[in-house]
Amino acid sequence: MEGTRLKLGDLQKIAEHEVDFERAFKHRINVCCSSGCVPFGAFDVLKAFQEAVKEFGVEKECKVARTGCVGTCAVGPAVVIEPGDYLYQNVTPDKVRQIVRDHIVLGLPVKDMLYQNEAFFKKQHRLVLRNAGKIDPTRIQDYIAAGGYAAIVKCLATMTPQGVIYEVLGSGLRGRGGAGFPTGQKWSLVARSHSSPKYIVANLDEGDPGVFANRTLAEADPHAILEGMLIAAYAVGAEKGYIYIRAEYPLAIETLQKAIAQARAMSLLGENVLETSFKFDVELRFGAGAFVAGEETAILASVEGRRAMPRPRPPYPANSGLWGKPTLIQNVETLANIPLIVLNGGAWFSKIGTGKCTGTKCFSLTGKVNNPGIIEVPMGITLHEVVFDVGGGVADNRKFKAVLVGGPSGGCLPETLLELPIDYDSLTRVGAIMGSGGIVVIDDKSCMVDTAKFFTDFCIDESCGKCTPCRAGLAKIKEIFEGITRGEGNLEDLATLEKASIYIRDASLCGLGQTAPNPVITTLRYFKDEYVRHIVDKVCPADRCFKNVKEVNKQ
Amino acid sequence: MMAAAEKVKVATMWLSGCSGCHMSFLDMDELLIDLAAKIQVVYSPIADVKVFPEKVDVTLIEGAVANDEQLELLKQARERTKVLISLGDCAVTGNVPALRNAWGNSARLALERAYIENADVNKQIPTDVPELLEKVRPLHEVVKVDYYIPGCPPSAGVITYVLTELLAGRVPNMEGKCKYG
Amino acid sequence: MSNSTVTLKIDGVEITVPEGTMILKAATDNGIRIPTLCALEGLSNSGGCRLCLVEIAGSPKLFAACITPVSSGMVVTTNSERLKEYRKMTVQLLLSERTHVCSVCVANDHCELQSLANELGVDHVMFERKWTDYKIDSTHDFLVIDRNRCILCTRCIRVCDEIEGAHTLDLKMRGKDTQVIMDLDNNWGVSCSCTSCRKCAKVCPVGAIYVEEEPLARTKHKEIAEFLLARRRR
Repeated sequence: MEGTRLKLGDLQKIAEHEVDFERAFKHRINVCCSSGCVPFGAFDVLKAFQEAVKEFGVEKECKVARTGCVGTCAVGPAVVIEPGDYLYQNVTPDKVRQIVRDHIVLGLPVKDMLYQNEAFFKKQHRLVLRNAGKIDPTRIQDYIAAGGYAAIVKCLATMTPQGVIYEVLGSGLRGRGGAGFPTGQKWSLVARSHSSPKYIVANLDEGDPGVFANRTLAEADPHAILEGMLIAAYAVGAEKGYIYIRAEYPLAIETLQKAIAQARAMSLLGENVLETSFKFDVELRFGAGAFVAGEETAILASVEGRRAMPRPRPPYPANSGLWGKPTLIQNVETLANIPLIVLNGGAWFSKIGTGKCTGTKCFSLTGKVNNPGIIEVPMGITLHEVVFDVGGGVADNRKFKAVLVGGPSGGCLPETLLELPIDYDSLTRVGAIMGSGGIVVIDDKSCMVDTAKFFTDFCIDESCGKCTPCRAGLAKIKEIFEGITRGEGNLEDLATLEKASIYIRDASLCGLGQTAPNPVITTLRYFKDEYVRHIVDKVCPADRCFKNVKEVNKQ
Repeated sequence: MMAAAEKVKVATMWLSGCSGCHMSFLDMDELLIDLAAKIQVVYSPIADVKVFPEKVDVTLIEGAVANDEQLELLKQARERTKVLISLGDCAVTGNVPALRNAWGNSARLALERAYIENADVNKQIPTDVPELLEKVRPLHEVVKVDYYIPGCPPSAGVITYVLTELLAGRVPNMEGKCKYG
Repeated sequence: MSNSTVTLKIDGVEITVPEGTMILKAATDNGIRIPTLCALEGLSNSGGCRLCLVEIAGSPKLFAACITPVSSGMVVTTNSERLKEYRKMTVQLLLSERTHVCSVCVANDHCELQSLANELGVDHVMFERKWTDYKIDSTHDFLVIDRNRCILCTRCIRVCDEIEGAHTLDLKMRGKDTQVIMDLDNNWGVSCSCTSCRKCAKVCPVGAIYVEEEPLARTKHKEIAEFLLARRRR
């Protein structure tokens, strides 16, 4: 089938064909081959399964598939055996023969190798990651069989561009890149712009340390991103799209390149999409390793081949983006929601989540938590549910101290705020942000002063150097922190810290500087006593600071 | 004329600086006569007083803090003064004396530069002088400073203005009156 | 460009300017002073120094006046207590970021940063000063760059690119380590694109780029960009 030019009606046939083909197998062995599992030998495990099913003579009834991530990245390589969704953890090639013999041949799942934590999945709601871990990301047929590209077919066959925008507006979807601007409004702005050509840019420059939800999506379901871009292009009238991806994501790049080639070969991308007059093509652009390059105006500069430095808005990219033309910039997670909205309608989508914040959000749950990994939860879920139900509580039976929401420029929230529902507005109100979806659980062994200093350091390294508050201000904040953690701080430093942080937040040019002081502002707000103890008693409750000072004293 | 006891007790101090700020102070010329009616200089490089007195009202300090003796003097002055004023760029910013801060191990390097590299005879680093601090600091990095008069040197006019305002019980407005350099 | 005009209020004064005018120009043309450093008539706007931040009624955000166009009915405040505070903070940060010692600087008495500090009443810097030690590049026949005095306003880069058309200067590194470089970070003396036109020195607001042995009062000529543009338009 691959390589033949498709018409609108052909997709259904491919899907049916695939489903029939799948039906012939009694079992499906899904081996996660995402960046989390590959370093631990996922490809060797895949090969071992392929050999083992032959060895036991069950290759006719077992389909061994390479898939994306199920989210349990801490216990990789992960393998899921269907039916029944048996999730095997920490699979190594030497365990494979036993799994195939017991589970497939004898029908007895190997209990002590199974991932025993059902709570991890129970409160999740997988929309964006609907196909992650279920389909082979390197086969476009798998995506089509799972209902993929049906949405663009629906658009081209039955919907006007305005109709598509109407559904997106009705869905209440907001940009998942962090700022939460209503997606439908952004689309209307670009669609109304008269200048042409127009561009779509998919933002896959996920620069936050420890955050890899977008990578997971690209590695597990690349076509969902492409389909979202196609629909967006159809709706706003764009002909060219760019996926701006970090060069540090080689597997995601490879997966996307393959997906683009397949889509082009099947005329899902290119001059006449599905033999209609609609044309759209996608190219990859690689980031050059800067956190700030995820800022939308910096992306534009980088795609154009210039230094990734933000510029003030207005003019907004919707009016003047790439090469001065109207440009729609969306995070890939936002785009992956679009096919579902088109297929099921905006009204369906708006019922998920809360009234003002619809849908779901992917998070990278990391830190001192029992079940770290990639999760997708409905908006409005409480922090408590995420940390203690999905996350399984604080690791090593330690006490909960804080949770950092929103990556390195997020806010550190204390126990008293655990019942806070996760949505853009609630998070902003308490000094955190949605950001790119990093949640770091912090236990009582961690020092909040040290934590704030650590994240400030990150933002200092990543500041582009254009505007004074971010460039010079953050560096000064760091110096004050160094003084405090050396034991040379005084209480006036706290006032200076607060003053400078608020100034940086208000006066910086782009989102990086405006959010970079968040860890400082929130730790000063919720954990001031720890700062005071550092300064007055020269004591770090978690015994992390003053290390160098002590060593010097010993000498 | 007011009795000496009712006069405002003023001290001036000279740390790491060139004495230019004191010269500028003296440049107030005839205004000094008016000032003398209101103040009494209780400690100054231009007065022969050995020990910094107690209960001083205003102390003007010229120069940055560069060695441990100056550090001690400054702390003592702070303890015994109500209102402490940084006078001139060295006191306010560190200025020229602080240029050595750009080097690592600057105290040692400064001594070597002065007493070995640039010496013609008797190349040796003196041992009976106060020890240099690793970093030269402006006053407010060491003690609390109440007012600042930048300038290298600050003009006599600005010094007059600040003192006049303070003696009248007003807070000086420094907009347009703090020209560094 | 349309001929329509826009009426707005800046600091309570009603002002009518052509559509598309930036707030800064609207204010300046009507005698309202907003402090600036990176903005320069005749060059594209960078919006980086953040000195010209103003408040616009109805928005909690602050806007750089140099790069925000006016709109009808806009109510702009240029001089609130918060803005004054923030401007002082910005100047303090610039002064403390690298080695700025006015008394021994070539630009003493001809420096925009120095005069801003004076105008705004920045009588001291609340942060510890950083004493940088970047090497001075004096390899060019007569142009010198001292990066310890650079405030990264990028006027030199923009004048070189947009007016002279050489684009010899650009930036390297990022954050506090950002530096202005020549060509691919070469010494100025071996730069093959530099036309030695001196425009960079003419527009430098501080003493970072200067002409050797020439009084700065003679070198500085920040109207050069606007002047040349006007000539070219004729």
